[in-house]
Order: sequence, then structure tokens, then C-alpha cells
Amino acid sequence: MRKTNNIILETAIKVLLFFIVLYSVYIFTAGHYYPGGGFIGGLMTAGAIVLLLITYDIKTVEELLPVNYRILTAIGLLFAISTSAGSLLFDVPFLTHAFGDVQLPILGELSLHTATLFDLGVYFVVVGVTMTIIQTIGEDE
Amino acid sequence: MLSIWKRGLLSNVSVIIDFLIGFFILVGSLFCLIATIGVIRLPDVYTRNHAASKAATLGVMSILLGTFLYFYALEGHFNSRLILGIIFLFMTSPISGHLINRAAYNSGVKLWDKSVRDDLKEYNKKIMKKSSVD
Repeated sequence: MRKTNNIILETAIKVLLFFIVLYSVYIFTAGHYYPGGGFIGGLMTAGAIVLLLITYDIKTVEELLPVNYRILTAIGLLFAISTSAGSLLFDVPFLTHAFGDVQLPILGELSLHTATLFDLGVYFVVVGVTMTIIQTIGEDE
Repeated sequence: MLSIWKRGLLSNVSVIIDFLIGFFILVGSLFCLIATIGVIRLPDVYTRNHAASKAATLGVMSILLGTFLYFYALEGHFNSRLILGIIFLFMTSPISGHLINRAAYNSGVKLWDKSVRDDLKEYNKKIMKKSSVD
């Protein structure tokens, strides 16, 4: 069978992917003050990768993003565990988070919270689990 | 709206802005309605898709523009996500229409029996002949 010419989708993906990934990062970082957070941001990033998988085949996407998603899930869980267990070092209960206003050289004054790191763990776990599910179903023949 | 008049903000512009917001949202919903009627009334997949992907895109974009204007003019809130949504919809909706139409054509959905031209059919025949010669 003749290979279909997919140039419209492939060209559009190149532009749209940036929109989707940027928006997922926005959703992730805005999660403390607005609707959003690690879960929906991770799902949207996974959605962007799924869009790549729809456009190209599974091997090309693995070459573009050489990420082992099972390890990404493990890293995410490690983030969540370590940020919640880190509070034990300061003699406060498990899962106690801290925040403070930090003066950074280029970015200026920022209010940083350790819950963001916990959220980053959630983000990695969601991306990893979603992509593992989709890739294992996709590779199955 | 009343609170804005009380504060004296935008007192001259407010009627024009009100009209524009109402215009965009009403016209957008009208376009969506027309798209729906088109999907019901048109005879085959290709013409239905034509109605849905064009009119509904413009309709939803217009509604989003009206929403953006509402929040920007009356609440003073510049919602960049709505602008991003307009651009995104403008880019993706025709592509999805194209892909659905192509999938329909490649899986052999017939054109309406009163259609008179099918250039792609002749082109595909030519390609087939060439590949069989090779």
C-alpha cells in the first residue's frame, strides 16, 4: 500500500507542540495560585507526546525523546518521598512544607515553596505512567 | 456593568464595548447554530465536514473573542489564555477537518451522487498505473 503523505499534520505539529508544552508548563507553575498543578500539567505534557506519536511512529519519537518512562516514574516518586521525608530532618512532622522569599540574582525576589518540588514529583509520575500505558499498548502486536 | 458606570470608568466607551461583546457572542452562537444545521442537512461526509469545520471554527473563535473583550473591558483582566485558545483553534480545527475528510476518502466513503468532479480519483488511478508499470 502507498504511504500516505502526511505533510499538513507534520508541519502543524511542529508549531502546535510548542504551544501545548508551554501551556502545560504554565499550568504546572501556576498551580499554587490558580487552577492547575502537577496532575493536569503532566497529563497535558503526555498529551503533547501522544500527538507526536500520532504524527510519527514510535521509533522516531523514541529517538526524539530518549526517555525511559518507567525510570521517570521512579524519579517522580523519589521527588515526592524525599520532599515529604525531608521535613523529618528539621524535627517537624512528615509532609510539613516550608516556604520563603528568596532573592535570586537574575529573577529577583521569588516566593519559593517546597510543595512545588512535591508537585514536580507528581508531574513526573503522571507523565511516566501515562506514557508507559500508551507505549506498552502501542507496541503490543 | 453598573459598577463600572458608578466608578465612572469607560463611561463613553462602555456602550460601544457592550455592543461589540454582544455582537461577537451572538454572531458566534449563530455561526455554531448554522454549522449544526449544515451537519444535519447536507448530503454526504465531505459537505458536512465542510460546514462543521468552517462555520463552527469561526463561531467558537468569535465567542472566545467576545469573552476576551468582556473580561478585558469590564473586569480589566487581560486573559492571554483566551487569545492562545483563539490561535490554537484557528490552527487545529481545519487540520482535523482535513484529516477526517482524508480518512473518509481513503476508506472509500462515496461522494454525493450529484457531485461532478473527483480529481483525486483520477490522480490515484494515474499513480496506480505508473507504479504497476514500474
